[in-house]
Amino acid sequence: MGEQPVRVLVVDDEPQIRRFLRTSLGAYHYQVAEAARGEEAIAKTATDRPDILVLDLGLPDVDGLDVIRRIREWSSIPIIVLSVRDRETDKIQALDYGADDYVTKPFSMGELLARIRATLRHRLRGETDQPVYHNGALTVDLARRLVTIDGREVRLAPKEYEILRTLVVHSGKVMTHQQLLRQVWGLGYENETHYLRVHIGQLRQKIEADPAQPRYIITEPGVGYRLRDPEDNRAPER
Amino acid sequence: MTEHDDSERRPSPDALLSMAQQEQRGRLKVFLGAAPGVGKTYAMLEAAQVRRREGIDVVIGVVETHGRQETEALLEGLEVIPRQRIEYKGHALTEMNLDAILARRPKLVLVDELAHTNAPGSRHPKRYQDVEEILAAAIDVYTTVNIQHLESLNDVVAQITGIRVAERIPDRLLDRADEIELIDLSPDELLQRLREGKVYVPEQAEKAVRNYFRPGNLTALRELSLRRTAQRVDDQMRTYMHAHAIPGPWPTQDRIMACVSAGPGSERLVRSSKIRADRRHAEWLAVYVETPAHYRRSEAERDRIAQTLRLAEQLGGEAAVIPGENVAEELVRYAKSRNVTELMIGKSSRPRWREILSGSIVNNLIRLSGNIDVYVITDEGKQASLPATRPSPRHLDAYVWSAVAVSVAALVARVLDDVLTLPNLSMIFLAAVLLSATIWGLGPSIFASILSILVYDFFFVEPTFTLTVASPQDVFALVMLLIVAILTSNLAGRVRDQARAARRREARTNVLYEFSREMAASAGLDNVLRAIAKDLHESQGMDVAVFLPRGTTLDLSAIQPTDAIVDAQARAAATWTWQHSEATGSGTDTLPGVNWLFLPMQAAQTTVGVLGLRVEKGKTIAPDQRRLLVAMANQGAVAIERAELAAVMEETRVLAETERLRTAMLSSISHDLRTPLATISGATETLLDMDAEYTPEEQRDLLETIQEEAARLNRFVGNLLDMTRLESGALELNCDWVEIGDVIGAALGREASFLANYRLDVDVEPRLPMLHLDFVLMEQVLVNLLDNAAKFSPPGTTIHLSAQKAGKMVQVDVMDEGPGIPLEDLKRIFDKFHRVRGGDRRSAGTGLGLSICQGIVEAHGGAIEASNRAEGGALFRITLPVNGGPPKMRQELDGG
Repeated sequence: MGEQPVRVLVVDDEPQIRRFLRTSLGAYHYQVAEAARGEEAIAKTATDRPDILVLDLGLPDVDGLDVIRRIREWSSIPIIVLSVRDRETDKIQALDYGADDYVTKPFSMGELLARIRATLRHRLRGETDQPVYHNGALTVDLARRLVTIDGREVRLAPKEYEILRTLVVHSGKVMTHQQLLRQVWGLGYENETHYLRVHIGQLRQKIEADPAQPRYIITEPGVGYRLRDPEDNRAPER
Repeated sequence: MTEHDDSERRPSPDALLSMAQQEQRGRLKVFLGAAPGVGKTYAMLEAAQVRRREGIDVVIGVVETHGRQETEALLEGLEVIPRQRIEYKGHALTEMNLDAILARRPKLVLVDELAHTNAPGSRHPKRYQDVEEILAAAIDVYTTVNIQHLESLNDVVAQITGIRVAERIPDRLLDRADEIELIDLSPDELLQRLREGKVYVPEQAEKAVRNYFRPGNLTALRELSLRRTAQRVDDQMRTYMHAHAIPGPWPTQDRIMACVSAGPGSERLVRSSKIRADRRHAEWLAVYVETPAHYRRSEAERDRIAQTLRLAEQLGGEAAVIPGENVAEELVRYAKSRNVTELMIGKSSRPRWREILSGSIVNNLIRLSGNIDVYVITDEGKQASLPATRPSPRHLDAYVWSAVAVSVAALVARVLDDVLTLPNLSMIFLAAVLLSATIWGLGPSIFASILSILVYDFFFVEPTFTLTVASPQDVFALVMLLIVAILTSNLAGRVRDQARAARRREARTNVLYEFSREMAASAGLDNVLRAIAKDLHESQGMDVAVFLPRGTTLDLSAIQPTDAIVDAQARAAATWTWQHSEATGSGTDTLPGVNWLFLPMQAAQTTVGVLGLRVEKGKTIAPDQRRLLVAMANQGAVAIERAELAAVMEETRVLAETERLRTAMLSSISHDLRTPLATISGATETLLDMDAEYTPEEQRDLLETIQEEAARLNRFVGNLLDMTRLESGALELNCDWVEIGDVIGAALGREASFLANYRLDVDVEPRLPMLHLDFVLMEQVLVNLLDNAAKFSPPGTTIHLSAQKAGKMVQVDVMDEGPGIPLEDLKRIFDKFHRVRGGDRRSAGTGLGLSICQGIVEAHGGAIEASNRAEGGALFRITLPVNGGPPKMRQELDGG
């Protein structure tokens, strides 16, 4: 991150949420701009060129999904979606339209900050340039295709390694089932989620200390998986 | 008699009621004439013109002017309802348009020629029935009729004029008319008018004068009309005096009973009884005794009996059928039970020999009648008597078989001739007679008796092979044999008939019993309807349809067989039945052309529906079957009413339950929303208080409280939303192949913070099959169960979570080490808003969580149950089905 403060555009029609985010994000040295409506958000994104968008899906004028779609026509600005719980299809659709991540309302500040940091990090770096990934006891050497837990090598099947590698490359970010399936198995496998579940299960057996309570590969119910960032030490709460 | 006087002085309720009913109905005025041509139509039109000038809304339903100019002139200014065209066998006939009149709703309608018979295909066969419907619609009617058309005078008129009138109207029309105007014209004047061509065109008039308009006839008819009108005036006065409690010289309460038989004179008997009853202002009834022999009668005879009884009802009498063995005894017993003062019976038409054998009913009746007067009416004999019942082929068989029996007896007697004496041989013949009596009935057995005598005489009595008898002893033996044989035949035959009648009655009772049992066993309206249709179809062999009213229309609610067709005309008949609570269709007076019979299904208070039975073209429903059907229709009605009542009660119960839930929900919401809100606002206020000073620890403690309460609020709102979605059916399962271990992991991860104070023991059996379920919802179930476990067990204890295979199911157990579930709550623990009382412990939760768990698990085809563990604490067990497993992967799993 550079010297310049990161500029966040918060788009939400609820003044309380905007006020709370302005205060909280400000405390973490983010520079916050606000928009209450979809059209306003699109206009401000064009004129102010913020670094990241925190977007509520339920807007009074334009649907949040439409806002994503229209912005994505000309901009690759990172977008984190705020949504009410239990609308998994909305989340998936938002991610499909090009949103980078999502946070479910009500959310904890820690969770939102973790998402913002992870998203920005990937944006600034592009694809990871660090060949070795460290996360607690887990180390993944992408150049040598070597996975170790506490220094002991873990032997992974090719598909398991592919899944882990994809998650590592996008560490901290949610990967939808479809994204993972497309990455690892290729086109045409997007609906075979049980492939994914079987391999994730095996992967967890190999790298998690307690597969029933995973620390690394977190299930995002109804959406996909996320490799928990080392810095994201708070439990996601909903 | 003082008691009697008391009751006379009070206004009689019946009289008041009948006056009140007349007020709601339209008023009927009859212009009564003695013969055609007296000027009834003219008088009616004149009266109508007067009413029109008074400003009354008068229309003409139908008026026949017969081309008379002076009559036609009177039509001026009166609106005519156009007649209806009815196609019948290629002819276009016009009839009064009943529906147009009912739709037009005038105050007064003119309907000429009341006794007219409508064209086939009209709603009613008779015009007077149209008039009754108009009156029922509260429209006044002026009508005309000649005295000869009156049902009760039919025989008298036929006697006077020698012409039997086919178009007849029931007396009740005249009895119930509000006004009768007698159009009187002396016979001389009438004949004058005839000759002037004012009545018929000349050549017709010539013929008419010769046949009908003889001065003698006219005088007699005129007298009949005058007498009938006078009687009517008398009746009106009596009704008035009754209604106003004016004591008067009432005649004694006579009651006349007509004893109906199968003979052709019975209709005449009924009419005479009616006239006699009217003259004496007496009540009257017609009674038929149904003996076992009734079932031997032909269909035509049985039909005629039923028609006679219906005639009695049409004439205002009461009709009754009583079962019994001895006609005279039953008649007298019934007459005494009903305080009958006069018995009327027709002269016997039975052959003399039968009267000698079984006694004359008339004689017996007179002997038994005691102080009841008995009037014997002559049989005119003019009415076509029914063709004598020829022995049917089956009967002929019976005679042949009787002959065979006698032949066998003769053969046996021949063989035993040497061993037995002559009188003993006769026993063998008696056996044959007895046999034919028991099997084939009276006729064949008498035939067998006579045949036996002849054979016995011919073959066995000296001199043999002749019919002569030598010794006086043998004569005696022969005569004795004949007497014994005939007596035996008679007795055995009667026993057999009784047994048959009993079987018939029993069969009928059985059908009814089976039907009512079926009705009682059916729960729910749909089942009852199906049972009615199916049972009737099976027991009666007819197509059956059941109609129930829905709003203002009548809906076909059940039909058997399901491909039976009820056409539009039949539907119209069914609707009429429903509206008027009267039978329509085949064999009735209304829409008889329809090949269905519709019966109103009458329960205690109302007509709940209409029962339809398809009658094959050309067939009729026998009276006993019809009675059975009416009974079944009414039994079905009671069952339908019961089912409808049950549905209403169920609705009420559901409403009460909904009400209870709403109350519970309101208290739950107000409690569960307000408690965390109070904590949050209190804690925030404390923190914002500038004056107070708090240590950082205290501040943190308050803030953590706020955070926890906010999370709790969030869970509650989430539960409310889930419940709403579950209840509105908006919950859609988004199923996917999932490892249950993954779900458990996600749930534990999500709730890590509130499980912080508990030890967790997770035990997931390896290699569990994948389950097809909604990940998010199942995770919610586990979170709710974990939440529940944490709430009900003290901190520091262990919460156990396990998953294992059990047969074709996977079980997930959530166990705590708390106090367990009170027994009284075990059953209701999954009920909405049910809370287990936590005593002085902290809030026992929303009462929604477990109910949601149940909803979700059951939506997955699984089950959830609560129990207490032997070692203490509660156990919640979810059982989920393994649905085969996921589709095979398209490539081999990579080894690892």
